[in-house]
Amino acid sequence: MNNEIIIDGPNVAHGHEAATDHHGHEHHEQHFIWKYIFSQDHKMICKQFLVTGIIWAIIGAMMSVFFRLQLGFPDSTFPIMEKFLGDWAKGGKLSAEFYYALVTMHGTILVFFVLTAGLSGTFANLLIPLQVGARDMASPFMNMLSYWFFFLASVLMMVSLFVETGPASGGWTTYPPLSALKEASMGSGIGMDLWLMSMAIFVVSALLGGLNYISTVLNMRTKGMTMTRLPLTCWALFFTAVLGVLSFPVLFSGLVLLIFDRNFGTSFYLSEIFIGGKALPHIGGSAILYQHLFWFLGHPEVYIIMLPGMGMASEVLATHSRKPIFGYFAMIISLVGITLLAFVVWAHHMFVTGMSPFLGSIFVLLTLLIAVPSAVKVFNWITTIWRGNLRLNPAMLFALGFVSLFISGGLTGIFLGNSALDIHLHDTYFVVAHFHIVMGVSAFFGMFAGIYHWFPKMFGRFMNNTLGYVHFFVTFAGAYLIFWPMHYEGIAGMPRRYYDYSAWESFRHFQSINGFISIVAMIVFFTQLLFVYNFFVSMYRGRKMTTLNPWGSTTLEWTTPINPGHGNWVGEIPEVHRWPYDYRDDGHGNDFIPQTTPLRPGEEAH
Amino acid sequence: MSVFIIITLIVLVFIIIYQIGKASEYALILRGEEKVRAQTNRAIAILLLVMFVLGMWGIWECNEMFKGQMLPVAACKTGENYDMMFNVTTLVTGIVFFLTQFILFWFCFKFQSNDKRTAFYFPHNNKLEIIWTTIPAIAMAILVAIGLRNWFDVTSVAPAEATVVEIVGKQFNWIIRYPGKDNELGKRDFRKINDANNILGLDWNDPHNNDDVVLQNGELHCVVGKPVKLLINSRDVIHDVGLPHFRLKMDAVPGITTTLWFIPSITTDSMKIITKNPNFVYEIACDQLCGKGHYSMRGTVIVHTQADYDKWMATQQAYAIGNNPAAAPAAPAVQPAADSSHAKVDSAKIVKAN
Repeated sequence: MNNEIIIDGPNVAHGHEAATDHHGHEHHEQHFIWKYIFSQDHKMICKQFLVTGIIWAIIGAMMSVFFRLQLGFPDSTFPIMEKFLGDWAKGGKLSAEFYYALVTMHGTILVFFVLTAGLSGTFANLLIPLQVGARDMASPFMNMLSYWFFFLASVLMMVSLFVETGPASGGWTTYPPLSALKEASMGSGIGMDLWLMSMAIFVVSALLGGLNYISTVLNMRTKGMTMTRLPLTCWALFFTAVLGVLSFPVLFSGLVLLIFDRNFGTSFYLSEIFIGGKALPHIGGSAILYQHLFWFLGHPEVYIIMLPGMGMASEVLATHSRKPIFGYFAMIISLVGITLLAFVVWAHHMFVTGMSPFLGSIFVLLTLLIAVPSAVKVFNWITTIWRGNLRLNPAMLFALGFVSLFISGGLTGIFLGNSALDIHLHDTYFVVAHFHIVMGVSAFFGMFAGIYHWFPKMFGRFMNNTLGYVHFFVTFAGAYLIFWPMHYEGIAGMPRRYYDYSAWESFRHFQSINGFISIVAMIVFFTQLLFVYNFFVSMYRGRKMTTLNPWGSTTLEWTTPINPGHGNWVGEIPEVHRWPYDYRDDGHGNDFIPQTTPLRPGEEAH
Repeated sequence: MSVFIIITLIVLVFIIIYQIGKASEYALILRGEEKVRAQTNRAIAILLLVMFVLGMWGIWECNEMFKGQMLPVAACKTGENYDMMFNVTTLVTGIVFFLTQFILFWFCFKFQSNDKRTAFYFPHNNKLEIIWTTIPAIAMAILVAIGLRNWFDVTSVAPAEATVVEIVGKQFNWIIRYPGKDNELGKRDFRKINDANNILGLDWNDPHNNDDVVLQNGELHCVVGKPVKLLINSRDVIHDVGLPHFRLKMDAVPGITTTLWFIPSITTDSMKIITKNPNFVYEIACDQLCGKGHYSMRGTVIVHTQADYDKWMATQQAYAIGNNPAAAPAAPAVQPAADSSHAKVDSAKIVKAN
């Protein structure tokens, strides 16, 4: 691949108009469809992923508000729910079936559609070409397909919300036989078929995107951009793509086998079942097989969600501390470590399925090993801000919040990764608290940091800071207020995915705290709407960007014009001469040296 | 209409907040960008520190509130080991949590940007990296060692004298089977299941089945101080036998038999005194999502003294009585429609009752 090739076709973009602010002034006006819909420009695809992700996030979060109302106030009715959910919440009381459907869809949407597609899709698309110095992705066309497959998957998932028997309701992990047998639950009907089809198409999207990200990082780097001069965001997004490309196909096979079991009478996952008043003919399958196939993706998926946040937090922390990231190589090595370990720990989700205790012990060892690279990353982040010159803007706050939440959620992982402790905590609220903090809220914080930081690059305007501060403090406090008490419930053994606890002698004393959690969840939800409002209004009304490099950053994306056109740079792509975190005196009163600055005489490369 | 009003209100509030935010941006320019930025930075740094202090206070309050409501009293020996290990892990992670969070927030405050400060160029230090690679590695090794010792303890083979009890999950209740006088559970076959008179699919050709006791009320009776071994199975989807007081949990998977064993150390009656709760009962919670009635899939463990247990057992009737069709032939594999509807009504009732 040659970066110098001018991208041609219906999307012709010759760089020279890019410096102007208004689209209308461009000399080569593209048709609306090619520019905004079937665009092959990685920056437009990034925005498509982001906006779709935001829409899904609102839907997914709103679902959590509905089921939190049920959990917090099981004896009350909320007529407003009937307005949204119709007969599923007759008289304002959520039905048990739909409660499970909401829980399932909340998980599916947030994990796959928001924190995988919405997060990697957005930032891999935006940052990889801009930071490695490429005019676009290795294959812009495949990149476009990646979005449109995601769109198709989204449409199918959305349709499943409206079918008569409701969407899938077997949990986001959709374990068979529950998900395989229509008799087992209402959500295992047509809703489950749509879920499977949607997810299969989603895998296609993830693979198309991932292959592109990998080949772009490996092949499209500009002159001088060696792998060890890549910003950590690119490293993180690169490993994210590697994880996805190697593990999504396994999920795909798991889903295909489930489709077969559901529709074609095979018995991959089914054996010795009596349901709906009759014994089924299936014999010899294993329900546990699905769990292995699912978690072989499911666990790397956690890191697919986490790594982009880690990369962006590293970049944002270094930039706004005006300090190089501490231990650049250690950060890369720990990413490698996390990526490799991510593939060999999946069965820690299955300690209580009755698998061999010896096998379990191997997975305990490998799982707790992940604590080591994770600890290295945390200490390096903390050392990065030590003796820095911290600009506490919203992007920086979210990056700091990311570190705080990653510590909290990571530490509870030490409990759950140890099978002897997991055996009591498994499938309780302790797990809910753990993964929401570490891969839910924390990943969201990484994403928010990225959005606040790169919003000027995306739209040529800034988001409103005051709203950003409100957003941060409410969300940060809210996240802890919601999930901290859940640990206590989990320690008491309170199971997750219960519709109502009032019949349980062991758990019903948590009722008042459940109500409290629900109230905070609602406040946090509305604060997220405030962020969305800030996002969209700032696109058109935000303070305009007047300088190319508002944060004083070293990386290549800030050498492109404000509102760059397709092709990113006017004229030559800049050449890179130094590592990405040279935050020190450049001899002209600046506290940073961009990657494009040649080494000074006598200066050694990092 | 009310939805419309609420949405309008929310939008209005957002517009107002945004306008305030926007006004602060204009003020920024009017009053001098640098000055306002410095003030804001200072305010935020203080706010972060306040946040940390409030957070720690909140954690303290939360602990006070839930003291004694966290781990329920452990009712078996392995459960006590569990609590010990849990406390060690909590201590280790608690110290790390407090220190790292404190340092993080303190640094935010201490190194907030101002005119005089210049950042210290500190790109790497191998000694530090080695220190904080090895220390977590050693800590993890210790936790793994404690963990595996307990893990192999809990998952070890049950002692030969253990009472064997079968517990079978179905949507949405637990069925429990005792071996009866011959101390042996008879064979069963899912194709022989019949909700009317053979809920577990007992094979009546196997004489061991004739004295087996089957409980449909989800009560698992056992004797204090005597090991009990559970054979866990499911009739339909995956369930999970969750025993919070015994710190145990095991999936019930159709087609696979899993096991679990423990020695209950406190009777239900003593537990009522210990917890000062006259309604106390050991509960079996289904911990694997199994359908709409998942939350109501409740069983109980009743720990007796040997004398009470014997007394109770004497009142139980073998399932075969009235159900073994010595008269009728083996139950057909496919049930008449009336039976299946009967089964549905049953589970619906259970959901409602809860």
